[in-house]
Amino acid sequence: MADVTIASAKSPGNARQLAIYLARDKLALCAALFLVLLLACVLFGPLLVGDLAGKLGLRQRNLAPFSTEQGFLYILGADTLGRPILARLIVGAQNTLGIAAAAVFVSTATGGMLGLIAGYSERWYSHVILRLADVIMSFPSLLLALIVLYTLGPSMMNLVIVLAITRMPIFIRTARAEVLELRERMFVSAARSMGASSGRILFRHIAPLVLPTLGTIAAIDFATVILAESSLSFLGLGIQPPDFTWGAMVANGRGYLASAWWIAFWPGLAILLTTLSLNILASWARTVADPLQRWRLQSLRKAPR
Amino acid sequence: MTDSDKAILTIKNLTVDFLSEGDPVRAVDNVSFNVCPGETLVILGESGSGKSVSTGTVMGLIDCPPGDIVSGSLIFDGMDMSRLDEEGRRALKGRRIAMIFQDPLAYLNPVYTVGRQIEEVFEAHSDGDAGSVRDRVVKLLERVGIPDAGRRIDYYPHQFSGGQRQRVMIAMAIALKPDILIADEPTTALDVSVQSQILELLSDLQRETGMALIMITHDLEVAAAMADRIIVMNGGKVVESGKAQDVFTNPAHAYTRRLMSAMPHGGEASERTRTEVKGDVLLKVEKLSKHYVLGAGPFSPKREFRAVDDVSFTVRRGETVGIVGESGSGKSSIARMLLRLDEPTSGKAIFGEEDVFLLGGKALNGFRRRVQMVFQDPFGSMNPRMNVRSIISEPWAIHRDIMPKAGWKDRVVELLELVGLKAEHAERHPHQFSGGQRQRIAIARALASEPELIVCDEAVSALDVSIQMQVIGLLADLRSRLGLSYVFITHDLPIVREFADRILVMQQGKVVEESDTEILFNYPEHPYTKSLLNSVPRPKWA
Repeated sequence: MADVTIASAKSPGNARQLAIYLARDKLALCAALFLVLLLACVLFGPLLVGDLAGKLGLRQRNLAPFSTEQGFLYILGADTLGRPILARLIVGAQNTLGIAAAAVFVSTATGGMLGLIAGYSERWYSHVILRLADVIMSFPSLLLALIVLYTLGPSMMNLVIVLAITRMPIFIRTARAEVLELRERMFVSAARSMGASSGRILFRHIAPLVLPTLGTIAAIDFATVILAESSLSFLGLGIQPPDFTWGAMVANGRGYLASAWWIAFWPGLAILLTTLSLNILASWARTVADPLQRWRLQSLRKAPR
Repeated sequence: MTDSDKAILTIKNLTVDFLSEGDPVRAVDNVSFNVCPGETLVILGESGSGKSVSTGTVMGLIDCPPGDIVSGSLIFDGMDMSRLDEEGRRALKGRRIAMIFQDPLAYLNPVYTVGRQIEEVFEAHSDGDAGSVRDRVVKLLERVGIPDAGRRIDYYPHQFSGGQRQRVMIAMAIALKPDILIADEPTTALDVSVQSQILELLSDLQRETGMALIMITHDLEVAAAMADRIIVMNGGKVVESGKAQDVFTNPAHAYTRRLMSAMPHGGEASERTRTEVKGDVLLKVEKLSKHYVLGAGPFSPKREFRAVDDVSFTVRRGETVGIVGESGSGKSSIARMLLRLDEPTSGKAIFGEEDVFLLGGKALNGFRRRVQMVFQDPFGSMNPRMNVRSIISEPWAIHRDIMPKAGWKDRVVELLELVGLKAEHAERHPHQFSGGQRQRIAIARALASEPELIVCDEAVSALDVSIQMQVIGLLADLRSRLGLSYVFITHDLPIVREFADRILVMQQGKVVEESDTEILFNYPEHPYTKSLLNSVPRPKWA
């Protein structure tokens, strides 16, 4: 048999290869490092500077940034109650990213699941799911969030639920579109002809192929959710004191923009950098996943001539 | 070799790499050829042989990077093309060198009328004024054989059939009377009868205009029908070149000989010794029909489309029944209904004792163990995320009673060896295999539930010719070793000659002829069967 030699296809899946690809794209590397730093803040920040973030200081009220007279923690200045902004940014990362992560996870999981069902089944409930997604989509999401939070009362749990619901349609739509295409693919027909049950086809054959797409959207959506949470907190319907997020910090600084711009500026910058990093990293991941684009990240050695 | 002074296009020592992680992959290795006006040069090779890349370089279709032209010169009509700037190259492309592609639907813009798209060729090269252009387009369409061209010039690509779309592409390509036409697998996506018409059109146009034709194909019969001269490529290298007749009748290189031996034999009788002893009836299909209702909207009258119309046949134990027909003849619908992937409108299929179409629940599952299907596209019929072990053992995971889980591993290895693969292949994923290997895996999966009947739907159509023969050989071997029966569905009549015991010829949902293979080939009765047999391209020199 002539054709029993295997094409040596190097799969780019392993971690080492990914690290090399990451190192080649400097921008993505910076983004990744920034996110790792954030993760460290989330895990260890409250342990290290948790007390300082709530420490009031009359003498440091509206302290301007870039002075180290009051200690290193005051390098980014202090807010109206004299609390060090750097410490508050580090501690606030946990709530900000935690809420966003929980909301994105809930909306990916439920949205993805509903999308799978809506795409695979042709029964009445698949139509109900779709119309539900339409309703949520056509409703201004901020207004929806305001109404729900106003009636339920602002709490971290309700915030997560509201954010998850408003972001869900995109996952339902995407999952459904993918399933509609995948269910006509030949390997699904093959599985059906072997007698596989609907559950087996959906979870063993279709879901693993939908997951990467949902993952990419989730990464991009993470940034959107941070922004949405910031807007809600800015409006005072998000997280309530003494808890705080970056969005709430921006809201607090709003009144002092003319006299102490740094109170709103630093948390705003943190939100900007986080969302930017996530988007850059998502675009890098798309390049890695696309076999036609992957060469951009590879070391291309030309033949001698 | 023709005199190289007369050559309109000469390619010398062309080497093209594709860059990737680590060492570059050499797609074209030191390839030289030339073509003279009025001559047809066929570049013959299987997939991955570098035949498309070598001509793509002429048209500037290779993106650099990841492509990398290492060396070589392209001389067109005395000009070195590598010296030309972007503007100079653009003036050549379309005007003096034109190209047609395999899949015309992908290369025609679906939102513009075909007339608009052909006019664009004239406009791009600012040739002719707006008033006369439309007349010229109508003339072109008439020339390439589009009936009622004056009206259909305003149609959109989807309103044409596959063959007509290829004619539109040809009209676009010859609009400015190019010196060279490059045709990249122009008939691969078409039915045999349409294929011969397109090839005839290309030959006629060449005779009229005296253009040079470079034709890229993997199809030996097409190559034989068209070529004056031929070059055979394998692994990026030219392994043989010369006059078509010499290469076909007296191939010098081992690879060419192997390729030529894969060509389905012409007139002589098949070598296979048929098992005359027929078993009892395994499957009896009676008056099977599938109708689709079209346009059942509130404002349009209901129309019925009969995809499968009153089809009956029987399959005996150990027998192979070939179903042959062109696209749209309903042959695949039969396969899908037999496997209960689609429901029939009416009819019966008695398998064993029971009617397949009435089965449900447990009984249907039992039936699905006994009948398996091998699909056309070995790239699509396997889940890309699963490794070979879980692909082959899936039937056991579905039908728990076939085998305890402990036995799976050994049985997968047995099956892999049965279809000519190795035990270590079990841990790999489908994309790491070639097309022929994947089809072997698909066959191994079909065998896993120990079926009595295997339905092959165009099981070898997506494979290279030499691989087709290997896979058919494997199927025939399994038939004698395991006593399997096959329903073998294909559009390619010659391929079933050595494999099928009996053949059904289908046209527009109906069986137009049914008889034993040898009788069908030697004494075809129905005019459609005759036209199918005649539309197999004949060598140019014969």
